[in-house]
Amino acid sequence: MPHVEMTVNGERRHTEVEDRKTLADFLREDCGLTGTHLGCEHGVCGACTVLLDGDAVRSCLLFAVQAAGREVTTVEGIAPAGELSAVQAAFRDCHGLQCGFCTPGLVVSVTAFLADNPDPGDAEIRDALSGNLCRCTGYQGIVRAVKEAAETLSGKA
Amino acid sequence: MTGTTAGRFVGQSVKRREDPRLLTGHGEYVDDVAFPGLLHAAFVRSDMARARIVSVDVTEARALPGVVAVLTAADLNHRAGPLQPTMLLHDPANAPLRPLADTDVRFVGDPVAIVVAENRYVAEDACDLVQLELDPLPAVVDFETAAGDTENLVHPEKGTNVAQESAFPLDAAWDAMVAEAAHVVTETFHQHRQTNVPMETRGIVVDFDASSGELHAWMSTQNPHEARAAIARATGVGEHLVRVTARDVGGGFGQKYFTPHDELVVALTAAHLGRAVKWIEDRRENLIASNHARVDRSTCTLALNADGHILGGYIDNLEDCGAFPVGSTGGVGPFVGMLFPGPYRMPMLRWKSTAVWTNTCGRGAYRGPWMMETVAREQLMDAAARAIGLDPLELRRRNVIHAHELPHTTAMGFEYDVVTPDETLEQAAALLDYDAFRAEQERAFREDGRLLGVGIGLYVEPSSMGSIDPLSTETATIRVQPTGKVVVSMGSGSHGQGLETTMPQVVADELGIALDDVVLVQGDTASSPFGRGTGGSGSAVIGGGACREAAQIVRAKAFEIAAHLMEAAPADLEIVDGEISVRGTPARTVAFAEVARVAHLETARLPDGLAPGLGATASYKAPPFTWSNACHVCTVELDRHTGLVRIDRYIVSEDCGVMINPMVVEGQIAGGVVQGIGGVLYEHFVYDADGNPLTTTFLDYLLPTAAEVPTIEYGHVETRSNTPGGHKGMGEGGAIGAPPAVFNAVADALALVGARVTRQPLGPAQILALLP
Repeated sequence: MPHVEMTVNGERRHTEVEDRKTLADFLREDCGLTGTHLGCEHGVCGACTVLLDGDAVRSCLLFAVQAAGREVTTVEGIAPAGELSAVQAAFRDCHGLQCGFCTPGLVVSVTAFLADNPDPGDAEIRDALSGNLCRCTGYQGIVRAVKEAAETLSGKA
Repeated sequence: MTGTTAGRFVGQSVKRREDPRLLTGHGEYVDDVAFPGLLHAAFVRSDMARARIVSVDVTEARALPGVVAVLTAADLNHRAGPLQPTMLLHDPANAPLRPLADTDVRFVGDPVAIVVAENRYVAEDACDLVQLELDPLPAVVDFETAAGDTENLVHPEKGTNVAQESAFPLDAAWDAMVAEAAHVVTETFHQHRQTNVPMETRGIVVDFDASSGELHAWMSTQNPHEARAAIARATGVGEHLVRVTARDVGGGFGQKYFTPHDELVVALTAAHLGRAVKWIEDRRENLIASNHARVDRSTCTLALNADGHILGGYIDNLEDCGAFPVGSTGGVGPFVGMLFPGPYRMPMLRWKSTAVWTNTCGRGAYRGPWMMETVAREQLMDAAARAIGLDPLELRRRNVIHAHELPHTTAMGFEYDVVTPDETLEQAAALLDYDAFRAEQERAFREDGRLLGVGIGLYVEPSSMGSIDPLSTETATIRVQPTGKVVVSMGSGSHGQGLETTMPQVVADELGIALDDVVLVQGDTASSPFGRGTGGSGSAVIGGGACREAAQIVRAKAFEIAAHLMEAAPADLEIVDGEISVRGTPARTVAFAEVARVAHLETARLPDGLAPGLGATASYKAPPFTWSNACHVCTVELDRHTGLVRIDRYIVSEDCGVMINPMVVEGQIAGGVVQGIGGVLYEHFVYDADGNPLTTTFLDYLLPTAAEVPTIEYGHVETRSNTPGGHKGMGEGGAIGAPPAVFNAVADALALVGARVTRQPLGPAQILALLP
C-alpha cells in the first residue's frame, strides 16, 4: 500500500492507505473524522466538501493518495473545540440546518466562498450554494446565514 | 391543576440545542458508528424489472479474499419472520415480501443476494462476481394499464395486479344533483414519479451477540420502536432483547418511518452470522430501491350552481404502488377520496380509489402521502374557475368555510373544529396584493407578451392522527435529577424537526424552570418508553402532549413537597424561574432544585406517605384529527423562448395553532414548499418501457438548489386547537400546498395563450411543448 503524508486539521499524518481509497473514506475511517459526510459519492451533493490547501473540493471524488503532501481541513477543523466559527454561528442563528447531514459540506463550502468573496450579492451567494444540496431547509435559512456570516466577518454587524 | 407558570419558552424562536454538534461535524449518524470486528454488507440487485431467476452463482464471490459470506434466498428466506410493519401485519392486501428474491425478480433493484465482507470495497467487488442469470419476462410498467393486465402479474400469487379497491360509489343521488347543476367540470390530472431523497441514505449497523441473545441496531430511522418491533419479528429475537439507536438521522420525509425491507434483511443476516454488520445504502440504491411516491392519476368532477357554489365533488384516483409498497399496502387512495372536500363546503362527495402493483420500486410514505386530494381539488378549482369565467380566488371565496360555520362536518363525516382556511386565503392574497398582480399580469401580457401567472393551493391537513394506532399515542418520561436538572425521554425519532429543542421548551414552561436545565433524550429504545416515532405531523400535538402531561404530574408533586417544606397549601404556590413561592408573598420561596434534592436525598423531610424521588411517565393520545390549514400563493413567469419557469413570489399563510418555536415552524414550511416546487418543476424519476430506471444519479434526478428557489414569505394565523398545548401539526403541509400552487400558477400563465395543462412535471421541455 502507498505511504501517504498529509496535514489534516493542522495535524501531520503519516500512514499507509490503499490506493483506491477515497479521501472521504480515508478521513472518516482512518482519521476518525466522521463530520465529512457522503450523500451521493458522485460529486453532486457537496456533503463531503473539505478544504484542500484552502480550496473547497469534493472528497468523494479524490483518492486519499492525491492529497499527499497537501493540507486538508475538514468541518472539525473549522473552529476550535467547543466554539463556532462566524459561518457556523450564522447557520445556527438563521436556522440554516435541520437534519444536519448536508451541513458540514455547506459550512466548509461557505467558509471557502466567503474567504474569496467577502461581500457577495444575493445572486453570487445562491450561485455559490448551488453546489451543495439540502433537502430539509429549502435553502431559506442557509442564504440568510451566508449574508449574516459575510456581515460578521467584514465587521459590518 | 395547582399553581401557575407564565409561558416563557413556548412561542419563542429559541436556537436549537442540536446545532452546535451538527455544525462542527460531531453529529452521530449511522455510518459514523464503527467498532472492531464490524463487517460491511452490499446487495446484489436485479437489473431487470421482471424476470425468472435461472441461477445465482456465488462461488467466485465467496472465494474472494475478505469475503465472509454471500447469502441468497436459499440461505436466508426460511429464517425470516414477517417483514410487514406493525400497523399492517395482518392486512390481506399486503404484497408478498420476501428477504431475497427466490424464483423471480419484480423490479430493478430487487435484492437477490447479500455480500458480507471485511470492508465495503471488497463487498462491492464481490457483488460484481455474483453470476446472476435471469430469463426476462414482460414487465408491468404502465400503472394505467396494469389493472387490466391479467397475463403479466407482478405478484403471481395474488392473481391480480390490483392491490386495493374501495369506493363511495356514484349513485342516483349523485346523478340527481348533477342534473340540477349549472356547471359540471371534469378533468384528469397526473402526478409523476418522485422520491423522498433524504441527504443521508438509509443504513443500519447490527450487532448480534449470540451469547446474550441481544441485538443492538444503530439505524437511520424516524421510528426506533417500530424498528425494534420489526427487527424482532424478522429475526425472531425477543423484542425486549432488541435495542435500536438513532442518535442523528439525516432526513427521511416518511422514507424511514416504517422499517424498510433492506434494513430487515441486514438484521437477519447479522443474526444468522452472529457477526456485526453495517450496510450503508449508496445513492443509486436510494434512488432505485428505497421507495417512490406521487404516481397518481385522478379524474375528478366538481358540480356547481349558477353562483359558483359547489354542490358536489367526485374523485376517481388511481395510484401506482410499485412492486413492494413500503409501510402501506394499497397506498393511500381512500384518504385521497375522503379528504377531497378540503377547505370547501362540498355537500355531496363520492370517490373511488384503485391501487395497482407494477414492476417498479415500491410506493412509500412521502411528506403528505395522500396529498393528491389537494393537488386534484386545487387544480380542479382553477379549471372550474376558468370554465365558469370566475377568478380562481373568487371561486374559492364563494366556497371556503368561514369561522362562523364551525364546527363543520364534511360529507365524509370529518369534523373541522378550529380551522381558518378563509383567514389564510385572505391573508395570503393580501400579502401578494392579488388585484395588483392581476393588473400587472394583464399589462405585461398586453404590452410585452410576457406570461405571468398566479396559483393558489388551499388545504386543511389532517395532522397528528389519533385514529390510527400506534401513530396515535406518545409517552414521555421525565426524571428530575437530585440537582434539579431534568431529563425527558421519549420514543421519538427527530430527524431535522428540532425536538431536542422544542420538547424542552414545553417542559421548561410547564415546570417553570430554565430551558438549559432540561434535556430530551430520544432516538433510543433503551432510554425511552414505547412511542410512535416522528412522522405524520404529530410531534407538537402528540409528543408535546405527552411532555406536557408528564411535566404537570412532576410539578404537582414538586408543589406538594414545596408546600410541606414551606408550610403552605399546594394550591397557593407558583413557580417562576425555578423558584417556588406562595403567590403574593414572593419572599417565601424554595428552589425547584432544593425540592428535587429533598425528594432524592433527604427523604425524611418529605410529607408523610409521599414516595421519594421526582419524576413521572405520562401518555397522551391525540384526538382523531387535529386539523391545521394553510394557503400557498405563488407567482411565476414563463420564458417563452426557453420554457423555463421562474417563481417570483412565494407566500404561505398558515395556521398551526400555538407555535412552540416559530423558527422551526417556518423551517418546516420552507422545506416542504421547496420539495413541492422541486416535484413540479425539476424532479422526475423515469423508467423506460421495460422498467429500466433512467434517473439513477443526482445528474439525472434533479433536486432544487439555492439558485432556483424563491424567497418564501410567511403569514401566520394562530388559533388554538382543542389539544392541551393548542398546537396543530404542520410538518407535511408545505409539501401538500406547494405542488398545486406552482402548477396553478403555470396553468394560469399558459391560459393567457390558450394552452392547457393537466400533467406534471413542468420542466422546460414540457412548457415549450405546451406553448402554441
